[in-house]
Amino acid sequence: MSFPFLLLATLEGLVTAATLALMAIGLSLVFGVMRVVNVAHGEFFMLGAILAWAVTTAVGGHPAIGFLAALIVAPLLVGAAALASERLVLRKLHYEPEATIVATIGLLYIIQQVALTFYGPDARPVVAPFTYRVALPWFGYSGYKLAVIGFSIILLIGTWLVLTRTRAGLIMRATQYDRETAQAFGIPVDRVYAWVFALGAMLAAVAAVLIVPIQQAHYLMGHDPLLLSFIVVIIGGLGSLRGTLVAALLIGLSDGILSVFYSPTLAKIVATSLVALVLVFRPQGLFGKTAR
Amino acid sequence: MVEAGTNALTVENVDGFYGQVQVLRGLSFELREGEVLCLLGRNGAGKTTALKAIMGLVKPRAGSIRLGDVELTALNAHEVPRAGVAYVPQGRRLFAELTVAENLEIGLMTRAKGRQTREDVLELFPILRERLGQISGTLSGGEQQMLAMARALCIEPKVLLLDEPTEGLMPSMIARIREVVAALRGRGVSTVLVEQRVDAVLAVADRVCFIENGQNRETVPVETVRADPDFVHRYVGVS
Repeated sequence: MSFPFLLLATLEGLVTAATLALMAIGLSLVFGVMRVVNVAHGEFFMLGAILAWAVTTAVGGHPAIGFLAALIVAPLLVGAAALASERLVLRKLHYEPEATIVATIGLLYIIQQVALTFYGPDARPVVAPFTYRVALPWFGYSGYKLAVIGFSIILLIGTWLVLTRTRAGLIMRATQYDRETAQAFGIPVDRVYAWVFALGAMLAAVAAVLIVPIQQAHYLMGHDPLLLSFIVVIIGGLGSLRGTLVAALLIGLSDGILSVFYSPTLAKIVATSLVALVLVFRPQGLFGKTAR
Repeated sequence: MVEAGTNALTVENVDGFYGQVQVLRGLSFELREGEVLCLLGRNGAGKTTALKAIMGLVKPRAGSIRLGDVELTALNAHEVPRAGVAYVPQGRRLFAELTVAENLEIGLMTRAKGRQTREDVLELFPILRERLGQISGTLSGGEQQMLAMARALCIEPKVLLLDEPTEGLMPSMIARIREVVAALRGRGVSTVLVEQRVDAVLAVADRVCFIENGQNRETVPVETVRADPDFVHRYVGVS
């Protein structure tokens, strides 16, 4: 386990952690505010990746132009799709916890099959916006991957600022804490739910656009990120932003390091065992609060 | 007595349900401009449900609730406070993880009120000014009740609904809250006060409604209750 290998594994882990954090925060936000367990979250991620491919292919020219366009267009389209499914499905179910789980499972298959029908079964690459390699003393490392880490951090800070410093964030937190009292103070809870669901899906889509130059777009690519997001959210504590970040870092790094030195399977075994341990010894998660 | 004729709030023949269970059975009462009306009754009589029905949080299946001339049952729950009804729920229901300032901010946002309203409210509850940055769940019980009232007053309501505001508070706090209710009456706010204990209302109420089985049995001026303890025994039992 020499240092260069460890450094490489850590960097790979940080890329995973960064995008995972974005996606998991979307999931956590939706659960925290709406009490909806969104099983289709991974499909919004997949949709983001496929749309990124579609946009970059359609735009042409320098890869950076297409990529920037995808970074804006794909999340917006995914947000619109999420908004539509919220209005047409979740709202009609009155956000009942059991019903919405089943409904989002259905949504998962609908989105997946739509993607299979129109996009096909192939994995297709998206060219990275730039191919600069950072020369480290031991090996060269993709500048794009470092940019992914940086951009994710900026987005995470942005999300945190929105939640803690803005009116919209205050409304979300009030709704999360007490839906009935929020209504008694003029907060249109129903509309807040719609926007939160769209926002959650958009965070997943952004993560997907960032990852797609590294991983390729495929209609089944939503499964693993969904599983990892649930792991992160459960370990971090549902609804806790800080917990989600810490857990994403933990899971991302262990995934990167274990995958490089042992095998990706062992990484998954460790992550799921961690979930089991957390559920047994600290069911509310590392940073979660006990029932109110 | 306050001049008759103008009603701040009219509740007429309201039927209210929790699922299949009927809680309000043709409940009617009128709140006059600038008065403090007390709803008195036992546990489970339907007092809290009556307030929730006014707020649109429990949708009445029949009847009418009017704020002046505005039919409140036609509005969505979040539109009722915007029309000018403020609610201090039982058990305060603060956004306990948010700071005092943030709780007030949510109140101010309801009807887009600004700095001036906030100053007026803090004037009524000076203690809150020293606690603005504190997480509201860590305040003492009395301070939490004050914050719950302050948050509601940030709406600048025409009608204020108070659900057992003195529950579990020490006597000096109860007195303070009574003073505030009286001060609000002076400013023309009409108040519905829900209580279980008669001694908590005698000093501050103008009229008293006795609620039993989701119905208004009788509405009397507070003087009548003071003069004849029998009333209280009949509807509230030992007090």
